[in-house]
Amino acid sequence: MKKHWYDYLWLFSLSYLILGFFNILFAWLGLLCFFIPLIISITKGTKGYCNRYCGRGQLFGLLGGRFGLSRKKDIPKWLKSKWFRYGFLIFFFIMFFQMLWNTYLVFSGTRGLRQAVTLLWTFKLPWHWAYHGTLFHPGVAQFAFGFYSVMLTSTVLGFITMLLFKPRSWCVYCPMGTMTQLICKAKNKIRK
Amino acid sequence: METKPRKARKAFVNENDCVACGCCVKVCPKGAIEIWKGTMARVTTEQCVGCGRCARECPASVIEIQEVLP
Repeated sequence: MKKHWYDYLWLFSLSYLILGFFNILFAWLGLLCFFIPLIISITKGTKGYCNRYCGRGQLFGLLGGRFGLSRKKDIPKWLKSKWFRYGFLIFFFIMFFQMLWNTYLVFSGTRGLRQAVTLLWTFKLPWHWAYHGTLFHPGVAQFAFGFYSVMLTSTVLGFITMLLFKPRSWCVYCPMGTMTQLICKAKNKIRK
Repeated sequence: METKPRKARKAFVNENDCVACGCCVKVCPKGAIEIWKGTMARVTTEQCVGCGRCARECPASVIEIQEVLP
């Protein structure tokens, strides 16, 4: 099948993860992976982002497919059930707002900058080597640490389910995917 | 000469559980499957040759290959 330019966007996702180890401020770039799918679904009413451009999906597809790291087993029923997908979306939202709250605290001067990446919402990993100061407010860096935590955590989860089930298992419960699908359903007035 | 009606194999999507990720679209050699309005995968049955690539690829395993009478 013919390759398109967007079939190489996995390089973007991979570089994003690597850059976060060198300078945490690159984490801000991850906002693209939040805004582009939302804009596409709101304006066009399609999941064009998932279907074409999602670099993370491509990365998992490559690692699990071509590199054969996936067992390629069926995903368990509960993982693809509506309550889990919507529940995970809500959980993700709560964690996201908590991260924004922490950023706000640093911006307001209530709390100092914490140079750590929180993995799986629990484990605080020291990440000071990727911080070399910022031209802006320390709050800008706090957001970067928080956002990178979100991205790394979801990558780890996706990687584990890639190993256990089909390569792109992450797509089944990806909060962005669930959200854009809901937007498309609402926009196109589809009830199911 | 008598010929038996040959059964054709076609892909069927469980639309209710489909996450509309589009993995199936990428692997279909006939362009017979599309994501309909960002909500679910839909097969153009006339174009489907029942190869089963989409079913194998689908991360949610919601595509099944079934035999149908022509």
